[in-house]
Amino acid sequence: MLLLDIDIAFIIEKLILATVILLGSLGVAMYATWGERKVAAVMQDRVGPNRAGPFGLLQPLADGGKLFFKEEIIPEGSTKFLFILGPGLAMLTACMTSAVIPWGPDFVTESGKVISLQVADINIGILFIFGVVSLGVYGVMLGGWASNNKFSLLSSIRAAAQAVSYELAFGIALVALLMMTGSLSMRDIVAQQHGFWADGYFTWNFFKQPLGFLIFLVCAFAELNRAPFDMAECESELNMGYHQEYSSMKLGFYLFAEYINLFISSAVIATLYFGGYNFPFMDAVSDAVGPLLFTLISVLVLLTKVICIILFFMFVRWTLPRFRYDQLMKLGWKSLIPLALVNMLITGIVILYALN
Amino acid sequence: MEKLTNRSVQVDRSPMTFGEKIYLPAIFKGLTITIGHIFKKNVTFKYPEQKRAFSPVFRGLHILNRDEEGRERCTACGLCALACPAEAITMEAAERKPGEEHLYREEKYAAKYEINMLRCIFCGYCEEACPKDAVYLSETLMPTHYSRKTMVYKKEDLLIPNPKNHGNQ
Ligand code: SF4
Ligand code: SF4
Repeated sequence: MLLLDIDIAFIIEKLILATVILLGSLGVAMYATWGERKVAAVMQDRVGPNRAGPFGLLQPLADGGKLFFKEEIIPEGSTKFLFILGPGLAMLTACMTSAVIPWGPDFVTESGKVISLQVADINIGILFIFGVVSLGVYGVMLGGWASNNKFSLLSSIRAAAQAVSYELAFGIALVALLMMTGSLSMRDIVAQQHGFWADGYFTWNFFKQPLGFLIFLVCAFAELNRAPFDMAECESELNMGYHQEYSSMKLGFYLFAEYINLFISSAVIATLYFGGYNFPFMDAVSDAVGPLLFTLISVLVLLTKVICIILFFMFVRWTLPRFRYDQLMKLGWKSLIPLALVNMLITGIVILYALN
Repeated sequence: MEKLTNRSVQVDRSPMTFGEKIYLPAIFKGLTITIGHIFKKNVTFKYPEQKRAFSPVFRGLHILNRDEEGRERCTACGLCALACPAEAITMEAAERKPGEEHLYREEKYAAKYEINMLRCIFCGYCEEACPKDAVYLSETLMPTHYSRKTMVYKKEDLLIPNPKNHGNQ
């Protein structure tokens, strides 16, 4: 009985961690919706939500409540099972990725017990993220297909084609990174970026892979269906998108899943390119404060980075107009993939000659 | 063509240079503009708490005026109804009986005077047409109603309170 060998305490520890992370990402996603409106408002010299609670801080709750009490409509002729599965799948895949992100350094208790702030340290962490992100396309496809509406179907095909195209460049950009780190485990990748400055060079991958980072970032925009690549929705000029037929909380799930994705992707970017929870002079800080405080600081550092990246996503959304679909495809296939390949080649040459 | 303002710019249709094709400089420029707006003052009026003064030509809800002695000024001439482009005004005239001089200023008065606020476009033509200074557009915002019936304002709704008997008509 292999199962019985697992320490009960271990299971409980992971359960608590998973719950905290899940609730945390839901909370961040909730306030990302509020933040998005505030950012938009500030950029357009407006005030933004300010009625529900101080500074409109209760707005996400009000929105959630509103969505709950809306009428639930399942269109006639839709495949009911898939129609309901779609938003569920979108939500599920959005939440799943958070499992492999190391949210902080290992925390060693007094009794010498090591508590890892990562739900699952699997040695193929990045592959896992990729797999799950690709699954997210099913949520979009199912939603569009099951609603039995040709416009939904068209926009879901559009979204799926975009996601699949950009995944290629996404992957190749990452391959260059992996060639350097030599590991697929998120934990190792973060450990390699320890501190900020080591041996006369920056440790963060952003400084080693600037081009790769750029490609990764652009693809992340496309994967997240965010402006300037929000072809999936195009609420202003094409139709509403794959969730046109959705109402009530099912629509809420779709919209909310996007914000969870935003949070998780920002965490992935921070982890892969901006050193995760590492920060300058962390060793000195670690010596100066206790382990508990140090862990807290590290988690806060990661969260700060994540929030900065989320803000960047929002700034871009309210700055750039949407790409036309052919331009989008051209950018993906004709610019980003060759660029990613070149980046991979350069990385390979550098590793082969400079580092040997 | 003559330019109305000198703000128009000729569209440049020359092919994109390399610098433009990689989009990044343009994106960066756009970001500096939008981020610059963070430090600008917003122009929003927080409405219910903060009200903005009406412009002097604001045209709100109608009133029917009385003269200094509290008599109705309207003589049911129908000029306002004629001027009204939305055909919102209906009236019926009646003759003033002896003994009613304290109620109506002229020998003829409006027994019924209705403005259908669903039709009215608040153009103010009725005010301009009136030879007796009887109908005016006030500074009151048009309220909302739950039924169409109450949107037709009767004479009682429109007449201002009688200054003689302190509001009790
Ligand atoms: S304001 Fe214009 S539309 Fe309204 S009643 Fe007067 S004339 Fe007619
Ligand atoms: S309100 Fe003026 S214009 Fe209209 S009927 Fe009366 S007197 Fe004539």
